[in-house]
This record gives sequence, structure tokens and C-alpha cells, in this order.
Amino acid sequence: MEYEPVIGLEVHAQLLTRSKIFCGCSTLFGAEANTHTCPVCTGLPGSLPVLNQKVVEFTVRAALATRCKIAPYSQFARKNYFYPDLPKGYQISQYELPLSTDGYVEVQVDSQKKKIGLIRIHMEEDAGKLLHDLSSERGASSYVDFNRTGVPLIEIVSAPDIRSPEEAAAYLRKLRAILMFLDICDGNMEEGSFRCDANISLRPKGQKAFGVKTELKNMNSFRNVQKALDYEVRRQTALLDQGDRVIQETRLWDAARGVTASMRGKEEAHDYRYFPDPDLVPLVIDPQWVEKIRAGLPELPDQKKGRFIRDYGIPEYDAEILTSSKALANYYEECLRTYNQPKIVSNWIMSELLRELKRDEREIEECPVPAGNLAEMLKMIEEGVISGKIAKSVFEEMYRTGNRAQEIVKEKGLVQVSDTSTIEKAIDQVLAANPGEVEAYRKGKDKVFGFFVGQVMKATQGKANPALVNELLKKKL
Amino acid sequence: MNLYEMTAHRLHDLLARKEITSRELTESVLKRVEEVEGRIHAYITLTPDMALEQAVAADLRIQKGEAEPLTGIPLAVKDVICTRGVRTTCGSHILENFIPPYDATVTEKLKAAGAVFIGKTNMDEFAMGSSTENSFYGPSRNPWDLDRIPGGSSGGSAAAVAADECIVSLGSDTGGSIRQPAACCGVVGMKPTYGRVSRYGLVAFASSLDQIGPFSKDVRDTALLLNAISGHEPRDSTSVDLPVPDYTRALGGDVRGMVLGVPQETFGKGIDPEVAGSVREAIEVLIKLGAKIVDVSLPHSDYALAVYYIIAPCEASSNLARYDGVKYGFRAGGGEDLLDMYQETRWQGFGAEVKRRIMLGTYALSAGYYDAYYLKASRVRTLIRKDFEEAFRRCDALILPTAPTPAFRLGEKVDDPLQMYLSDIFTIPCNLAGLPGLSLPCGFTGEGLPIGLQILGNFFQEEKILRVAWAFEQNTEHHLRKPIL
Repeated sequence: MEYEPVIGLEVHAQLLTRSKIFCGCSTLFGAEANTHTCPVCTGLPGSLPVLNQKVVEFTVRAALATRCKIAPYSQFARKNYFYPDLPKGYQISQYELPLSTDGYVEVQVDSQKKKIGLIRIHMEEDAGKLLHDLSSERGASSYVDFNRTGVPLIEIVSAPDIRSPEEAAAYLRKLRAILMFLDICDGNMEEGSFRCDANISLRPKGQKAFGVKTELKNMNSFRNVQKALDYEVRRQTALLDQGDRVIQETRLWDAARGVTASMRGKEEAHDYRYFPDPDLVPLVIDPQWVEKIRAGLPELPDQKKGRFIRDYGIPEYDAEILTSSKALANYYEECLRTYNQPKIVSNWIMSELLRELKRDEREIEECPVPAGNLAEMLKMIEEGVISGKIAKSVFEEMYRTGNRAQEIVKEKGLVQVSDTSTIEKAIDQVLAANPGEVEAYRKGKDKVFGFFVGQVMKATQGKANPALVNELLKKKL
Repeated sequence: MNLYEMTAHRLHDLLARKEITSRELTESVLKRVEEVEGRIHAYITLTPDMALEQAVAADLRIQKGEAEPLTGIPLAVKDVICTRGVRTTCGSHILENFIPPYDATVTEKLKAAGAVFIGKTNMDEFAMGSSTENSFYGPSRNPWDLDRIPGGSSGGSAAAVAADECIVSLGSDTGGSIRQPAACCGVVGMKPTYGRVSRYGLVAFASSLDQIGPFSKDVRDTALLLNAISGHEPRDSTSVDLPVPDYTRALGGDVRGMVLGVPQETFGKGIDPEVAGSVREAIEVLIKLGAKIVDVSLPHSDYALAVYYIIAPCEASSNLARYDGVKYGFRAGGGEDLLDMYQETRWQGFGAEVKRRIMLGTYALSAGYYDAYYLKASRVRTLIRKDFEEAFRRCDALILPTAPTPAFRLGEKVDDPLQMYLSDIFTIPCNLAGLPGLSLPCGFTGEGLPIGLQILGNFFQEEKILRVAWAFEQNTEHHLRKPIL
């Protein structure tokens, strides 16, 4: 039978506030264990949380950028469960009355546009980190690092609107880009500042009712999310085809083995006993403040994409890719400031530059070629200093060494030869060495012309100006 | 009269006039503690060295003419309030070795005022109880009758003041834990409006009900201590940003023309006749002083106990989850895995009453029960508050007994939690509403046990309560009687 996947995603994004959500401790990643802690974030008896206003502001930004409604009155709630990385024995989160609800994110898959609904965005605190040392002198030991405890998170819950693993990946990319454009999340999936859990079920195509879902965890990259969902589609399809049932459970993605596996009761059927946190007063949002935040929102991916198409006249496909991250869009526009040929720049970024980056698994922020250097090189092509063909190897060298095009061209003697006498000399030699082909051409075999061009280029190590070669060859023949 | 017997305001005068030093005063109190503490057991931890150092520092300050009302005054703090470097046990085994690395806001304020810290007082474990019998460190005894309880949960703080083991003290009141022991021990005790005093550093029992407040030998001292600890504080989001008046200015007026309401529900069931008699006499005194007495009705107060025993355990079950053996306090050894460690630590670390309330609260918050218990209780709580708001439209303050009976015997109610819970029947509604309330001595039983009069006021109208209490005290002599030890 043909099945349709029904997917909903829960994203946890760490906010880029300088201090934690309920105390003044630093949120910096990578500090020595338990140095960014205080009585509040370690849950000492008698300590009380105080809400960081910046967290609310950042969450409102995220909500506005995803067309969510902002609740004028919302509340923090306690989610109660025991775990050593949770110092109070409860996580302060939002439950019945979240800060924002009911928005959407627009994604594009195979040139089809689609709105993915957002059920809610709420604020909560992150938990700490456990470190296990199996070879400790005291026997196997576990340690807790509370530096991360109380780092602000937003949880973004999508509606079950996603119909394929590709759509899921597109949604995540878009959501991450939005948060990064807003400067409220660094989007780093490996360090866990952007994490995703997925709910997925299958139903026969055409059926309205949802099937039984599984929850997938432990996917720390877009690729892994897509792979895990692909795997789960295959696994659930096989089960249903055999007449078996899907069991509602949490499954962990095992990236090494490429499979999902049941967590098996380890954390089964939690009753979190949510109730309003009596230590925090209800959050009342001033609509004027929200409008002020709205007015200060930066250009978002979709707006930028529209502007690129409109102002630079590049195809939608190019604009979509160039606006997939703020840094890439900035890179593109910086190139244009030096070399204002939007389509040529776009072609070079999308083909040469992104290919190199992808091969090295680098982000645009880590690109060894500054935007200005790329633009300079493109200018050199236009001015006829180097040929387009040479430019590709020049670019590879720029990427490898970080040097500017001028230096590389000079050092390797790659300047295009536009001196007529040098080229004529080369042509004469080629024609003299190939009398048979000259005769064939003169008898009307036009195809041989390409052969001559190739030979001349070879004789000049590719440096001859191709237009001049063409012109002079025709004259001589 | 011995120095340890005196009130803070009188001692302040002596200190300011340099007739005595804080060192002499502190030594006098420490000597008194040495004499009677063996019989009273008001303290869990004594800090005589720190007290003497603070006394010396206070004397220097007084020398420079910089004495504040509490500078150099020896006081005691309930062991549920964090004191930096001094262990804070909450009366529990599970925090037996817990030494806070920080001071509660009230501790900071009192230190800044130059007060002298004698020690940390005994209490029912995590403030759950009405007798101090739930303390892991053994019960405190009532100075008026050593076979009787001093009330609770702040029994140690009340007994310490009554036995002159300190001049004033701090307690906390979640359902009557300041007022009921004040009544049992014949001292003044006040629970301020919820949000008046910062809870930062007060180890939480039920966060929406807990409030820190003073114990003292007379009403003026309560006003002085309230001055010192009140005020908005950013570290407690529930503390209220309203200006703090000088509460001593409320003292001195009379009650002429004030309208005092007497809730009709109070003189019904379960009230001891001697208590009822004393409170009626007190009402007569107030009438003679010119107050107008009116009957008021608080119809939903009947549900207060039930509501309280949903809300408070629910919050407690969550507040006490942090005591898991991972970070601080007691940890049971020998378990197989993490779950074992949790279970053994909490099983051995908590006493029976605490476990009972954790279970009650956990149950009431469980999926499928939340609406029927917590949510419903929250709604009835609103109705109880509305009853009070209605009453305070007509009255300046309400007058009622603090506790239905005088101090009962040790062991009398330990096996009957419901009877124990009934001790707080007159004090709980005030916490649920968030209102301020005060208890002061209004008489003695035939056996010589103190009886407390409770005065409740509208939100942030502590001044009206103090005015009534002061006028009553000026015209009676109950507060002057001392237990014979």
C-alpha cells in the first residue's frame, strides 16, 4: 500500500542572551565545568528565579518572524521529573499558557511552496550536562556540569503538517535561518544550540486519521534528521505492510548504524505533573512593546530573497540558495559592492565556492576567500587579465592558500596573453606542424577550426586570449 | 531586670545612651541560653562566637553614633532561612550538613542593621507541622509548661523569645507557623502580607503561601523588626514593589472609630471554652477603647483547611524534589543504581510528615487528578480571598482567636495528623488570601497557658493591625507575664 508520512518537529533553540534565563550567570559555551553557576541555577535551597527580560524579547522576535500570535498573558509552569542534570527536580517551562501560538513558516521543496504551521513557541530553561568516567580511580563515576543549566531555550512545536523527510529538512533549514537572521540563536547543531526531535506516523494515502506515531531523538544534523525520518518511513512501512502495528514509543537515532532503536522504557510514560510556577508572576506583555520589537526586526530570509530577485534580477533558485543563511547573503552582497554583475557572482558562488565548502564541510563563515577577493578575481576576467578557464584554477588556489588573485596570477605567470605577435607566432607554428589539417579546413571541413584553437591554447599554456586566437586564426587560414 | 528579659527598643535606648554594651547584652543572652536551653531546646545550631564578634562590631558602630534600632540586638533565625557559612537544616536529616554559601535577603538586611545572631531555631521539618515534634533534631518545649509543645512550625523561634533566649526572632508562616506558636508561647508574632518581605533565601515549603515574619516580646519590637526586613527585592519576583512605611509610626494611635470585624464562623466547632472566653474579653477591651465591632462572614473559610492541604502539598512535592542526594545534603549509600540512590536518600532523609505531604501533593498533581484537586482548590482559594475582600470593605481589621486550643501536650497529636492540622484552622485562611496577620497574648488558661488573639488586616495594611495590637497591649498586662524557668 502507498503511505503518506505525517511529521511534526519539536525544535529547541538556545537563545543568544549573555546571561541565563533566571539568573545572571554567563551562557558562554565551553567554560570549565561549574564555573558559570550560582545558587539559582544550581537549585540551592531558598534560591528563586527571576526572569531575564531579554529572553522574552528574543522569543517575541522569533514569534513575530514566524507570524505567531503573542499572548498578552502567559505563565511559567514546572515540569517535574528527577534527573541528576536537573538541579531543582523540575524544569521551568511553559505549559498551558505559552508566550506565543499559531504561526507558520513557508518552505519550498521541488519549487513547491508550502506553509508549515507552528502550534506554539515557548520559553524554558536548559538542563545541565552529565559526564561519565568509566575508568575513574573510584570506579565508574558520573559528574554533573551545571554551566548549561538555565541557559534560555525556546521550544518551537510545528503542526503535523510535514509530509516528507525532505520537507522536514527544508523546514528546519528555514527555521534555523530565520533564528539566525534574527540574531537570537547561533544555529550550531553540533554544540546543541539548535536541536530537533521528530514525531512521525504513516497513514494510507487519502486517509484523514493519523496513524500511531513514534518520537525520534538524538539527531544532531539536518542530514541525520532526514536520514532518521527516511529510515523510520521504511521501518513503519514494512511493519504496516506485514500487518504489524507501530508501537507508540521514543526511538533514538543511531547515526553510526543508520537505524532508529527503541529507548525501551528507560524514560517511559512520564507524568510531569505540570503546574504554574508560584515563584514567577504571570507574564503580561505590553502590545506597544511588541510593536517596538516588530519595528526593529531585521530583513528575514523570504524578504531578502524577494529583494534579490527584484533588485539583482537573479533567478528564484539562485535567490533561495543565496538567502539560506545570513552570512551567505552578506557574502554575496559584499561581492556585488566590488563587482556589480549579480548573475556572474551568483554563478561563481553557487558552483565553485559552495562546492569547495561542501567538500570541506565548512560554513560560509569559515570561507578562506574573502568576498572582496572573489570579486577582484571576477573583475580580472572581465578586464581580460585572465581567461575564464584559468580563473577556475586561480580560484582553487585562492581557496587553498587564502591569497589574492593578483598574487597568484603574478606568481604563476597566468596573465592572459593578448600580444598579437606572440599569438601569431604560435599560430604559425601550429599551422606549419599540421599541413594536412590546414588543407582539410580549406576544403571546407570547419570542424578542424576547434582543433587549431586547442593547439594554440596548448602552445601558450592556456594563457592566450581566446577571442584574439579566434580572430587571428581566421585571418591566417 | 536582667538584660536578656528586655525588649529590643528598651535595649536600644540603653545601648544608644552607652549605659550598656552589646557585648554585655550578648553575654547575658548567651548565659541565659546556657541556663535554660537544656530544658527548652529552642535551637538547632548556636553561633556564640559569631554573636560575640558581631556584638563587638556593633559596639564600635554604636560608639560612632551610628546605631540603628537593631544594632547590637541579639536575635535568632528560624533554621529555614539561609545564613552564609552557618548550617541551615530546615529541621531535616536530609539537610543535616547543608551550609549555604549565601545569605537570605532578610539575613543580609539584619546583618547590615548590625544585629547579633545567636543561632538557628528549631522547627518542624521543612516547616510542616504545628508542634516542632516533626523536627529531626527533637522537639522544642513550651517555656510555660515543659510537657507541652511550643506550637509550630516556628516553635523554636517562639520558645526562644518566650524563654528570653534571644530578644527577637524570625520565623516563617505558611499556614500559621508564626502566629500559632506565638499564641502557644505568649509572645507577639506577625505574618506580613504575601510579597512584603523577600523570600529569597527562605527554603521553600509552599511558595505561594510562605512569608517570613517577626517574633517579639511586645508590639513595638515587631514593628521594628518588620521595618528592618520589609521591602521589594528584585531577587524575589513575588515581592511587591510598594513603599515601606515606618511601622513604628502606626503605634501610638488609638482604636476609636475603627471598625473591627468578628468572623461568625470562629466561635463554632472545636474551640476551647477558655480560648473563646479570653478572645471575647479581648473584644470587650477593644469596645471599651472605642472600636466598633461588627459581625462578618467568611463563608468559604470552611473549605480553607481542605484547600490548604491540596495547594501546600502540591507545591511542596515540587519544591522538595531538589533534595535528591546529588548535589548537597544527605546521600544514602549502597544503592545499585541512580533510582536506588534517589529512593533510599529520600526515604531515609525525610521524616514521616514530609513524606506524607510529598505523596499527597504528587498524587494531587498527577495526570487525571489535576483538575479535580489543584485546579479546584485554586478556584476555592480565590473565593476565600473574595470573602476577605468583602469583609474588608466594611472593616479595618478582623479579630479572632489564633488557635482553637492552648498548647497541647507533647505526643498528644503526633499519631493523628488530622487533629494536628486542625490547630491551624484559624490561621490558614489568611495565608490562602495572602493577607497580613498578627497574634498577641490576650489571656491565660486556668493552668497558666497563654492564649493568643489574632488580628488580620487588608493587603499591605500592617499598620492598622499594629495600631489595634498596640492599643490592646497598652491597656492589658498579658504581655508582661513571664514563664518561670
